[in-house]
Amino acid sequence: MTAFAGTGSSGAVGATDPAQVGASPATAPVLPTGPVPGAGTLLPVSRSHVRAAPALRVTGALAVLGVAATVWLGLFVTPDAVNFGNLVRLLYVHPPMAWVAFLAYGVAGLSSLLYLWPRTRDRRVDRLAGASAEAGVVFTGLTLVTGSIWGRPTWGVWWAWDPLLTTTALLFVLYLGYLALRRVPGDPETVAKRAAASLVAFLDVPIVYFSVTWWRSLHQPPTIDLAGRHLYVHGSMAWTLLLGFVSFTLVYVWLVGHRYRLARLRDEESSHGLELALAERRQEGAT
Amino acid sequence: MFRDAALVCGKDLRIEVRSRVTLNQVVPFAAVVVILFGLALGPDRKVLAPAAAGLFWVAVLLSAVLAVQRSFAVESADDAREGLRLSGLDPAGIFLGKVAAVLAELLVLEAVLTFAVALLYGAHLQQAGLLGASAILATIGLAAIGILYGAVSSGLRVRETLLPLLFLPIAAPVLLAATKSWDISLSGGDGGAGTWLTVLGVFAILYVAIGTLAFGPLLEDR
Repeated sequence: MTAFAGTGSSGAVGATDPAQVGASPATAPVLPTGPVPGAGTLLPVSRSHVRAAPALRVTGALAVLGVAATVWLGLFVTPDAVNFGNLVRLLYVHPPMAWVAFLAYGVAGLSSLLYLWPRTRDRRVDRLAGASAEAGVVFTGLTLVTGSIWGRPTWGVWWAWDPLLTTTALLFVLYLGYLALRRVPGDPETVAKRAAASLVAFLDVPIVYFSVTWWRSLHQPPTIDLAGRHLYVHGSMAWTLLLGFVSFTLVYVWLVGHRYRLARLRDEESSHGLELALAERRQEGAT
Repeated sequence: MFRDAALVCGKDLRIEVRSRVTLNQVVPFAAVVVILFGLALGPDRKVLAPAAAGLFWVAVLLSAVLAVQRSFAVESADDAREGLRLSGLDPAGIFLGKVAAVLAELLVLEAVLTFAVALLYGAHLQQAGLLGASAILATIGLAAIGILYGAVSSGLRVRETLLPLLFLPIAAPVLLAATKSWDISLSGGDGGAGTWLTVLGVFAILYVAIGTLAFGPLLEDR
Protein backbone atom coordinates (compact mmCIF):
# COMPACT_ATOMS: atom_id res chain seq x y z
CA MET A 1 0.00 0.00 0.00
CA THR A 2 2.99 2.26 0.25
CA ALA A 3 2.87 2.65 -3.52
CA PHE A 4 -0.25 4.74 -3.15
CA ALA A 5 1.01 6.90 -0.31
CA GLY A 6 1.87 10.36 -1.53
CA THR A 7 5.57 11.09 -1.52
CA GLY A 8 7.12 14.38 -2.47
CA SER A 9 6.86 13.82 -6.21
CA SER A 10 3.29 12.56 -6.42
CA GLY A 11 0.45 15.01 -6.64
CA ALA A 12 -3.04 15.04 -5.27
CA VAL A 13 -5.88 13.95 -7.55
CA GLY A 14 -7.14 17.43 -8.08
CA ALA A 15 -3.73 18.77 -8.97
CA THR A 16 -3.31 16.82 -12.19
CA ASP A 17 -6.32 18.21 -14.02
CA PRO A 18 -5.50 21.93 -14.14
CA ALA A 19 -2.05 21.08 -15.46
CA GLN A 20 -3.51 19.17 -18.40
CA VAL A 21 -6.12 21.76 -19.12
CA GLY A 22 -3.42 24.37 -19.15
CA ALA A 23 -1.53 22.38 -21.75
CA SER A 24 -4.38 22.70 -24.25
CA PRO A 25 -6.20 25.98 -23.71
CA ALA A 26 -8.81 25.41 -26.42
CA THR A 27 -10.27 22.48 -24.53
CA ALA A 28 -11.57 24.71 -21.78
CA PRO A 29 -14.97 23.05 -21.16
CA VAL A 30 -13.93 20.24 -18.84
CA LEU A 31 -16.59 17.59 -18.86
CA PRO A 32 -16.94 15.50 -15.76
CA THR A 33 -17.19 12.01 -17.22
CA GLY A 34 -17.85 10.14 -14.05
CA PRO A 35 -17.91 10.23 -10.29
CA VAL A 36 -14.61 11.31 -8.80
CA PRO A 37 -13.90 8.86 -6.03
CA GLY A 38 -12.24 10.04 -2.84
CA ALA A 39 -11.06 13.50 -3.73
CA GLY A 40 -8.55 13.41 -0.88
CA THR A 41 -6.80 10.19 -1.94
CA LEU A 42 -3.39 10.23 -3.54
CA LEU A 43 -2.49 8.53 -6.77
CA PRO A 44 0.83 7.50 -8.21
CA VAL A 45 1.58 10.23 -10.69
CA SER A 46 4.45 9.50 -13.00
CA ARG A 47 6.08 11.80 -15.49
CA SER A 48 4.30 10.13 -18.37
CA HIS A 49 0.98 10.96 -16.73
CA VAL A 50 1.59 14.68 -16.55
CA ARG A 51 3.29 15.13 -19.91
CA ALA A 52 1.78 14.20 -23.22
CA ALA A 53 3.50 11.78 -25.57
CA PRO A 54 6.25 13.40 -27.68
CA ALA A 55 4.33 12.81 -30.91
CA LEU A 56 1.35 14.72 -29.53
CA ARG A 57 3.55 17.60 -28.43
CA VAL A 58 5.21 17.79 -31.83
CA THR A 59 1.74 17.79 -33.43
CA GLY A 60 0.75 20.65 -31.15
CA ALA A 61 3.83 22.68 -32.09
CA LEU A 62 3.24 22.04 -35.80
CA ALA A 63 -0.43 22.98 -35.46
CA VAL A 64 0.42 26.29 -33.81
CA LEU A 65 3.08 27.03 -36.44
CA GLY A 66 0.71 26.07 -39.25
CA VAL A 67 -2.12 28.29 -37.97
CA ALA A 68 0.31 31.17 -37.48
CA ALA A 69 1.60 30.75 -41.03
CA THR A 70 -1.99 30.60 -42.35
CA VAL A 71 -2.78 33.85 -40.57
CA TRP A 72 0.32 35.54 -41.96
CA LEU A 73 -0.20 34.28 -45.51
CA GLY A 74 -3.95 34.86 -45.44
CA LEU A 75 -3.85 38.39 -44.09
CA PHE A 76 -0.63 39.85 -45.49
CA VAL A 77 0.72 37.88 -48.42
CA THR A 78 -2.24 36.82 -50.57
CA PRO A 79 -3.94 39.40 -52.83
CA ASP A 80 -7.59 40.52 -52.82
CA ALA A 81 -9.95 38.53 -55.03
CA VAL A 82 -11.65 40.18 -58.00
CA ASN A 83 -15.25 39.74 -56.90
CA PHE A 84 -14.82 39.35 -53.18
CA GLY A 85 -12.18 41.85 -52.10
CA ASN A 86 -10.80 41.28 -48.64
CA LEU A 87 -13.67 38.95 -47.85
CA VAL A 88 -11.86 36.18 -49.69
CA ARG A 89 -9.48 35.90 -46.74
CA LEU A 90 -12.23 34.01 -44.89
CA LEU A 91 -11.76 31.31 -47.49
CA TYR A 92 -8.51 30.27 -45.84
CA VAL A 93 -10.20 29.40 -42.55
CA HIS A 94 -13.88 28.66 -43.23
CA PRO A 95 -13.65 25.59 -45.52
CA PRO A 96 -10.85 24.01 -43.44
CA MET A 97 -12.98 24.45 -40.30
CA ALA A 98 -16.00 22.91 -42.01
CA TRP A 99 -13.85 20.02 -43.22
CA VAL A 100 -12.54 19.36 -39.72
CA ALA A 101 -16.08 19.56 -38.32
CA PHE A 102 -17.33 16.86 -40.67
CA LEU A 103 -14.14 14.81 -40.24
CA ALA A 104 -14.67 14.90 -36.48
CA TYR A 105 -18.23 13.67 -36.85
CA GLY A 106 -17.13 10.95 -39.22
CA VAL A 107 -14.56 9.72 -36.72
CA ALA A 108 -17.05 9.92 -33.85
CA GLY A 109 -19.74 8.10 -35.81
CA LEU A 110 -17.38 5.36 -36.96
CA SER A 111 -16.01 4.82 -33.45
CA SER A 112 -19.54 4.58 -32.07
CA LEU A 113 -20.44 1.96 -34.64
CA LEU A 114 -17.33 0.01 -33.65
CA TYR A 115 -18.33 0.31 -30.00
CA LEU A 116 -21.82 -1.00 -30.61
CA TRP A 117 -20.48 -4.04 -32.43
CA PRO A 118 -19.60 -6.50 -29.61
CA ARG A 119 -16.38 -7.78 -31.22
CA THR A 120 -14.78 -4.35 -31.41
CA ARG A 121 -16.24 -3.01 -28.17
CA ASP A 122 -13.42 -1.23 -26.38
CA ARG A 123 -13.11 1.67 -23.98
CA ARG A 124 -10.53 3.25 -26.26
CA VAL A 125 -12.99 3.49 -29.14
CA ASP A 126 -15.52 5.16 -26.85
CA ARG A 127 -12.95 7.68 -25.62
CA LEU A 128 -12.07 8.49 -29.21
CA ALA A 129 -15.74 9.06 -30.07
CA GLY A 130 -16.17 11.43 -27.14
CA ALA A 131 -12.96 13.34 -27.83
CA SER A 132 -13.73 13.66 -31.52
CA ALA A 133 -17.31 14.85 -30.94
CA GLU A 134 -16.06 17.52 -28.55
CA ALA A 135 -13.59 18.84 -31.10
CA GLY A 136 -16.33 18.59 -33.74
CA VAL A 137 -18.70 20.80 -31.77
CA VAL A 138 -16.02 23.48 -31.41
CA PHE A 139 -15.28 23.46 -35.12
CA THR A 140 -18.95 23.39 -36.12
CA GLY A 141 -19.51 26.46 -33.98
CA LEU A 142 -16.58 28.19 -35.65
CA THR A 143 -17.86 27.13 -39.09
CA LEU A 144 -21.27 28.64 -38.39
CA VAL A 145 -19.77 31.88 -37.09
CA THR A 146 -17.32 32.35 -39.97
CA GLY A 147 -20.05 31.36 -42.44
CA SER A 148 -22.34 34.04 -41.03
CA ILE A 149 -19.57 36.63 -41.31
CA TRP A 150 -19.15 35.56 -44.94
CA GLY A 151 -22.89 35.60 -45.60
CA ARG A 152 -23.63 39.10 -44.36
CA PRO A 153 -21.61 41.03 -46.99
CA THR A 154 -22.06 38.39 -49.73
CA TRP A 155 -25.82 37.75 -49.59
CA GLY A 156 -26.86 40.60 -47.31
CA VAL A 157 -28.13 38.30 -44.55
CA TRP A 158 -26.52 36.66 -41.54
CA TRP A 159 -28.44 33.47 -42.10
CA ALA A 160 -30.01 31.73 -45.09
CA TRP A 161 -32.07 28.55 -45.03
CA ASP A 162 -29.61 26.85 -47.30
CA PRO A 163 -29.26 23.02 -47.15
CA LEU A 164 -25.66 23.15 -46.04
CA LEU A 165 -26.28 25.78 -43.38
CA THR A 166 -29.41 24.14 -42.06
CA THR A 167 -27.74 20.74 -41.91
CA THR A 168 -24.72 22.17 -40.12
CA ALA A 169 -26.90 23.97 -37.59
CA LEU A 170 -28.92 20.81 -36.88
CA LEU A 171 -25.72 18.81 -36.56
CA PHE A 172 -24.48 21.34 -34.01
CA VAL A 173 -27.64 20.91 -31.91
CA LEU A 174 -27.55 17.12 -32.27
CA TYR A 175 -24.02 16.94 -30.94
CA LEU A 176 -24.75 19.31 -28.08
CA GLY A 177 -27.36 16.73 -27.08
CA TYR A 178 -24.84 13.94 -27.49
CA LEU A 179 -22.27 15.68 -25.29
CA ALA A 180 -24.98 16.42 -22.72
CA LEU A 181 -25.76 12.70 -22.68
CA ARG A 182 -22.09 11.82 -22.19
CA ARG A 183 -21.87 14.17 -19.24
CA VAL A 184 -24.55 12.32 -17.31
CA PRO A 185 -22.67 10.33 -14.68
CA GLY A 186 -23.08 6.58 -14.43
CA ASP A 187 -21.40 3.27 -14.95
CA PRO A 188 -18.79 3.91 -17.68
CA GLU A 189 -19.90 1.01 -19.85
CA THR A 190 -23.56 2.00 -19.70
CA VAL A 191 -22.70 5.61 -20.47
CA ALA A 192 -20.62 4.52 -23.45
CA LYS A 193 -23.30 2.20 -24.74
CA ARG A 194 -26.00 4.85 -24.49
CA ALA A 195 -23.79 7.41 -26.17
CA ALA A 196 -22.89 5.05 -29.00
CA ALA A 197 -26.52 4.13 -29.59
CA SER A 198 -27.55 7.76 -29.74
CA LEU A 199 -24.73 8.66 -32.09
CA VAL A 200 -25.48 5.94 -34.61
CA ALA A 201 -28.91 7.45 -35.00
CA PHE A 202 -27.27 10.56 -36.39
CA LEU A 203 -27.29 8.74 -39.71
CA ASP A 204 -30.17 11.06 -40.36
CA VAL A 205 -27.78 13.89 -41.22
CA PRO A 206 -27.74 12.99 -44.95
CA ILE A 207 -31.55 12.78 -44.92
CA VAL A 208 -31.66 16.27 -43.45
CA TYR A 209 -29.39 17.52 -46.18
CA PHE A 210 -31.42 16.06 -49.02
CA SER A 211 -34.80 16.98 -47.61
CA VAL A 212 -33.73 20.58 -47.08
CA THR A 213 -32.39 20.62 -50.63
CA TRP A 214 -35.76 19.53 -52.00
CA TRP A 215 -37.60 21.79 -49.60
CA ARG A 216 -35.68 24.81 -50.84
CA SER A 217 -35.62 23.83 -54.49
CA LEU A 218 -39.40 24.19 -54.59
CA HIS A 219 -39.03 27.88 -53.78
CA GLN A 220 -35.79 29.23 -55.15
CA PRO A 221 -32.37 28.09 -56.34
CA PRO A 222 -29.75 27.31 -53.68
CA THR A 223 -28.34 30.42 -52.08
CA ILE A 224 -24.67 29.56 -52.05
CA ASP A 225 -23.37 29.74 -55.55
CA LEU A 226 -19.66 30.30 -55.38
CA ALA A 227 -19.20 29.16 -58.95
CA GLY A 228 -21.58 31.80 -60.20
CA ARG A 229 -19.31 34.52 -58.99
CA HIS A 230 -16.18 33.13 -60.58
CA LEU A 231 -13.85 32.74 -57.71
CA TYR A 232 -10.61 31.43 -59.12
CA VAL A 233 -8.25 30.09 -56.52
CA HIS A 234 -4.70 30.04 -57.75
CA GLY A 235 -1.11 30.80 -56.86
CA SER A 236 -0.46 31.90 -53.30
CA MET A 237 -4.18 31.66 -52.53
CA ALA A 238 -4.26 27.96 -53.34
CA TRP A 239 -1.20 27.31 -51.22
CA THR A 240 -2.64 29.24 -48.31
CA LEU A 241 -5.90 27.32 -48.56
CA LEU A 242 -3.99 24.04 -48.61
CA LEU A 243 -1.96 25.13 -45.60
CA GLY A 244 -5.21 26.05 -43.84
CA PHE A 245 -6.56 22.54 -44.39
CA VAL A 246 -3.39 20.90 -43.14
CA SER A 247 -2.95 23.09 -40.08
CA PHE A 248 -6.57 22.90 -38.95
CA THR A 249 -6.45 19.13 -39.32
CA LEU A 250 -3.34 19.16 -37.12
CA VAL A 251 -5.17 21.30 -34.56
CA TYR A 252 -7.96 18.72 -34.60
CA VAL A 253 -5.53 15.82 -34.06
CA TRP A 254 -3.86 17.72 -31.28
CA LEU A 255 -7.11 18.56 -29.47
CA VAL A 256 -8.45 15.04 -29.82
CA GLY A 257 -5.15 13.65 -28.57
CA HIS A 258 -5.35 15.72 -25.42
CA ARG A 259 -9.01 15.04 -24.75
CA TYR A 260 -8.37 11.33 -25.29
CA ARG A 261 -5.46 11.43 -22.85
CA LEU A 262 -7.58 13.25 -20.29
CA ALA A 263 -10.37 10.67 -20.64
CA ARG A 264 -7.85 7.85 -20.18
CA LEU A 265 -6.44 9.51 -17.06
CA ARG A 266 -9.94 9.90 -15.66
CA ASP A 267 -10.63 6.21 -16.23
CA GLU A 268 -7.35 5.27 -14.56
CA GLU A 269 -8.05 7.60 -11.71
CA SER A 270 -11.45 6.13 -11.01
CA SER A 271 -10.18 2.55 -11.17
CA HIS A 272 -7.21 3.42 -8.91
CA GLY A 273 -9.61 5.05 -6.52
CA LEU A 274 -11.61 1.85 -6.39
CA GLU A 275 -8.49 -0.26 -5.79
CA LEU A 276 -7.41 2.10 -3.07
CA ALA A 277 -10.75 1.94 -1.31
CA LEU A 278 -10.77 -1.87 -1.56
CA ALA A 279 -7.26 -2.07 -0.11
CA GLU A 280 -8.22 0.19 2.77
CA ARG A 281 -11.23 -1.96 3.58
CA ARG A 282 -9.04 -5.06 3.48
CA GLN A 283 -6.57 -3.46 5.83
CA GLU A 284 -9.35 -2.57 8.20
CA GLY A 285 -10.48 -6.18 8.13
CA ALA A 286 -6.94 -7.43 8.85
CA THR A 287 -6.37 -5.32 11.93
CA MET B 1 -40.30 -11.48 -32.14
CA PHE B 2 -43.66 -10.31 -33.46
CA ARG B 3 -45.52 -12.29 -30.81
CA ASP B 4 -43.40 -10.54 -28.16
CA ALA B 5 -44.13 -7.22 -29.84
CA ALA B 6 -47.86 -7.90 -29.73
CA LEU B 7 -47.62 -8.77 -26.02
CA VAL B 8 -45.71 -5.59 -25.13
CA CYS B 9 -47.98 -3.45 -27.31
CA GLY B 10 -51.06 -4.98 -25.71
CA LYS B 11 -49.66 -4.35 -22.24
CA ASP B 12 -48.89 -0.68 -22.98
CA LEU B 13 -52.27 -0.08 -24.58
CA ARG B 14 -54.06 -1.81 -21.70
CA ILE B 15 -52.27 0.49 -19.25
CA GLU B 16 -53.34 3.43 -21.40
CA VAL B 17 -56.96 2.30 -21.56
CA ARG B 18 -57.04 1.95 -17.78
CA SER B 19 -55.10 5.10 -16.85
CA ARG B 20 -56.12 7.34 -19.80
CA VAL B 21 -53.03 9.52 -19.35
CA THR B 22 -52.50 10.11 -23.06
CA LEU B 23 -56.17 10.75 -23.71
CA ASN B 24 -56.74 13.01 -20.71
CA GLN B 25 -53.42 14.85 -20.68
CA VAL B 26 -51.44 14.57 -23.91
CA VAL B 27 -54.33 15.16 -26.33
CA PRO B 28 -55.52 18.27 -24.43
CA PHE B 29 -51.90 19.45 -24.39
CA ALA B 30 -51.79 19.21 -28.19
CA ALA B 31 -55.04 21.20 -28.36
CA VAL B 32 -53.49 23.87 -26.12
CA VAL B 33 -50.50 24.12 -28.46
CA VAL B 34 -52.80 24.55 -31.47
CA ILE B 35 -54.75 27.30 -29.68
CA LEU B 36 -51.52 29.03 -28.61
CA PHE B 37 -50.30 29.07 -32.22
CA GLY B 38 -53.58 30.70 -33.16
CA LEU B 39 -53.06 33.38 -30.53
CA ALA B 40 -49.43 33.92 -31.59
CA LEU B 41 -50.28 34.34 -35.29
CA GLY B 42 -53.51 36.27 -34.88
CA PRO B 43 -57.05 35.48 -36.02
CA ASP B 44 -56.43 36.06 -39.73
CA ARG B 45 -57.31 32.89 -41.65
CA LYS B 46 -55.16 34.03 -44.56
CA VAL B 47 -52.19 33.58 -42.24
CA LEU B 48 -53.40 30.52 -40.34
CA ALA B 49 -54.64 28.31 -43.19
CA PRO B 50 -51.32 28.21 -45.13
CA ALA B 51 -49.41 27.57 -41.90
CA ALA B 52 -51.82 24.86 -40.72
CA ALA B 53 -49.71 21.89 -41.87
CA GLY B 54 -46.54 23.10 -40.16
CA LEU B 55 -48.29 24.05 -36.94
CA PHE B 56 -50.08 20.70 -36.86
CA TRP B 57 -46.82 18.79 -37.12
CA VAL B 58 -45.02 20.92 -34.54
CA ALA B 59 -47.90 20.19 -32.16
CA VAL B 60 -47.58 16.47 -32.94
CA LEU B 61 -43.83 16.57 -32.35
CA LEU B 62 -44.21 18.21 -28.96
CA SER B 63 -46.94 15.75 -27.98
CA ALA B 64 -44.79 12.84 -29.14
CA VAL B 65 -42.17 13.83 -26.54
CA LEU B 66 -44.83 13.52 -23.84
CA ALA B 67 -46.15 10.23 -25.20
CA VAL B 68 -42.64 8.73 -25.21
CA GLN B 69 -41.94 9.98 -21.71
CA ARG B 70 -45.17 8.37 -20.57
CA SER B 71 -44.23 5.13 -22.31
CA PHE B 72 -41.02 4.91 -20.25
CA ALA B 73 -42.50 6.32 -17.05
CA VAL B 74 -44.67 3.19 -17.08
CA GLU B 75 -41.53 1.03 -17.16
CA SER B 76 -39.61 2.90 -14.48
CA ALA B 77 -42.32 2.54 -11.81
CA ASP B 78 -41.98 -0.44 -9.46
CA ASP B 79 -38.85 -1.67 -11.30
CA ALA B 80 -41.03 -2.82 -14.18
CA ARG B 81 -37.93 -2.48 -16.34
CA GLU B 82 -36.24 -5.34 -14.49
CA GLY B 83 -39.36 -7.39 -14.94
CA LEU B 84 -39.27 -6.70 -18.66
CA ARG B 85 -35.63 -7.77 -18.87
CA LEU B 86 -36.23 -10.92 -16.84
CA SER B 87 -39.29 -11.83 -18.90
CA GLY B 88 -37.09 -13.30 -21.61
CA LEU B 89 -38.84 -11.35 -24.34
CA ASP B 90 -36.81 -10.51 -27.41
CA PRO B 91 -35.43 -6.93 -27.08
CA ALA B 92 -36.34 -6.27 -30.70
CA GLY B 93 -39.88 -7.41 -29.91
CA ILE B 94 -40.05 -5.09 -26.89
CA PHE B 95 -38.89 -2.23 -29.09
CA LEU B 96 -41.43 -2.94 -31.81
CA GLY B 97 -44.21 -3.39 -29.27
CA LYS B 98 -43.53 -0.09 -27.58
CA VAL B 99 -43.28 1.63 -30.97
CA ALA B 100 -46.64 0.14 -31.99
CA ALA B 101 -48.31 1.33 -28.77
CA VAL B 102 -46.99 4.90 -29.12
CA LEU B 103 -47.91 4.80 -32.81
CA ALA B 104 -51.52 3.91 -31.97
CA GLU B 105 -51.73 6.66 -29.35
CA LEU B 106 -50.25 9.28 -31.63
CA LEU B 107 -52.54 8.35 -34.52
CA VAL B 108 -55.58 8.88 -32.30
CA LEU B 109 -54.10 12.20 -31.20
CA GLU B 110 -53.50 13.21 -34.82
CA ALA B 111 -57.08 12.38 -35.79
CA VAL B 112 -58.40 14.66 -33.04
CA LEU B 113 -55.87 17.35 -33.88
CA THR B 114 -56.75 17.26 -37.59
CA PHE B 115 -60.28 18.32 -36.82
CA ALA B 116 -59.04 20.99 -34.41
CA VAL B 117 -56.82 22.40 -37.17
CA ALA B 118 -59.65 22.30 -39.72
CA LEU B 119 -61.97 24.03 -37.28
CA LEU B 120 -59.64 26.63 -35.82
CA TYR B 121 -57.37 27.45 -38.77
CA GLY B 122 -59.88 26.91 -41.55
CA ALA B 123 -57.71 24.30 -43.30
CA HIS B 124 -59.51 22.42 -46.06
CA LEU B 125 -59.18 18.70 -45.57
CA GLN B 126 -58.72 17.31 -49.06
CA GLN B 127 -57.04 14.22 -50.45
CA ALA B 128 -57.64 12.16 -47.33
CA GLY B 129 -55.55 9.32 -48.76
CA LEU B 130 -52.41 11.42 -48.99
CA LEU B 131 -53.06 12.97 -45.57
CA GLY B 132 -53.49 9.56 -44.00
CA ALA B 133 -50.55 7.89 -45.76
CA SER B 134 -48.09 10.62 -44.87
CA ALA B 135 -49.40 10.79 -41.29
CA ILE B 136 -48.93 7.04 -40.80
CA LEU B 137 -45.43 6.97 -42.32
CA ALA B 138 -44.35 10.06 -40.38
CA THR B 139 -45.72 8.71 -37.13
CA ILE B 140 -43.95 5.37 -37.52
CA GLY B 141 -40.68 7.29 -37.85
CA LEU B 142 -41.48 9.54 -34.89
CA ALA B 143 -42.47 6.62 -32.67
CA ALA B 144 -39.32 4.67 -33.59
CA ILE B 145 -36.88 7.52 -32.82
CA GLY B 146 -38.93 8.41 -29.77
CA ILE B 147 -38.70 4.92 -28.28
CA LEU B 148 -35.01 4.61 -29.17
CA TYR B 149 -34.16 7.89 -27.42
CA GLY B 150 -36.61 7.16 -24.65
CA ALA B 151 -34.56 4.03 -23.94
CA VAL B 152 -31.30 5.98 -24.16
CA SER B 153 -32.46 8.55 -21.64
CA SER B 154 -34.64 6.34 -19.43
CA GLY B 155 -33.42 5.80 -15.91
CA LEU B 156 -31.42 9.01 -15.94
CA ARG B 157 -32.17 11.77 -13.49
CA VAL B 158 -32.09 14.31 -16.33
CA ARG B 159 -34.36 12.37 -18.70
CA GLU B 160 -37.11 15.02 -18.86
CA THR B 161 -34.73 17.62 -20.22
CA LEU B 162 -32.46 15.32 -22.20
CA LEU B 163 -35.13 13.53 -24.25
CA PRO B 164 -36.45 16.62 -26.11
CA LEU B 165 -32.89 17.78 -26.80
CA LEU B 166 -32.02 14.44 -28.40
CA PHE B 167 -35.36 13.67 -30.01
CA LEU B 168 -36.47 16.93 -31.62
CA PRO B 169 -33.42 17.64 -33.84
CA ILE B 170 -33.42 14.03 -35.08
CA ALA B 171 -37.09 14.38 -35.95
CA ALA B 172 -36.44 17.48 -38.08
CA PRO B 173 -36.64 15.62 -41.44
CA VAL B 174 -40.00 14.13 -40.42
CA LEU B 175 -41.32 17.58 -39.62
CA LEU B 176 -40.07 18.89 -42.96
CA ALA B 177 -41.37 16.07 -45.12
CA ALA B 178 -44.69 15.63 -43.34
CA THR B 179 -45.37 19.36 -43.43
CA LYS B 180 -44.61 19.52 -47.15
CA SER B 181 -46.78 16.54 -47.93
CA TRP B 182 -49.68 17.95 -45.87
CA ASP B 183 -49.20 21.35 -47.49
CA ILE B 184 -49.67 19.74 -50.88
CA SER B 185 -52.85 17.94 -49.93
CA LEU B 186 -54.38 20.80 -47.89
CA SER B 187 -53.82 23.25 -50.71
CA GLY B 188 -55.28 20.81 -53.22
CA GLY B 189 -52.05 20.61 -55.20
CA ASP B 190 -50.97 17.40 -56.85
CA GLY B 191 -47.29 17.21 -57.84
CA GLY B 192 -44.32 16.42 -55.64
CA ALA B 193 -45.97 14.48 -52.85
CA GLY B 194 -44.20 11.28 -53.92
CA THR B 195 -40.78 12.65 -52.94
CA TRP B 196 -41.96 13.49 -49.46
CA LEU B 197 -43.67 10.16 -48.96
CA THR B 198 -40.38 8.51 -49.98
CA VAL B 199 -38.45 10.59 -47.44
CA LEU B 200 -40.95 9.62 -44.73
CA GLY B 201 -40.82 5.98 -45.75
CA VAL B 202 -37.00 5.82 -45.80
CA PHE B 203 -36.90 7.53 -42.45
CA ALA B 204 -39.41 5.14 -40.91
CA ILE B 205 -37.59 2.04 -42.22
CA LEU B 206 -34.17 3.37 -41.16
CA TYR B 207 -35.19 4.11 -37.59
CA VAL B 208 -37.24 1.00 -37.07
CA ALA B 209 -34.16 -0.96 -38.23
CA ILE B 210 -31.70 0.99 -36.04
CA GLY B 211 -33.99 0.71 -33.04
CA THR B 212 -34.50 -3.02 -33.51
CA LEU B 213 -30.72 -3.54 -33.59
CA ALA B 214 -29.70 -1.09 -30.87
CA PHE B 215 -32.42 -1.84 -28.33
CA GLY B 216 -30.75 -5.04 -27.10
CA PRO B 217 -27.49 -3.40 -25.90
CA LEU B 218 -29.51 -0.56 -24.38
CA LEU B 219 -31.74 -2.84 -22.36
CA GLU B 220 -29.06 -5.17 -20.98
CA ASP B 221 -26.93 -4.61 -17.87
CA ARG B 222 -28.48 -1.59 -16.25
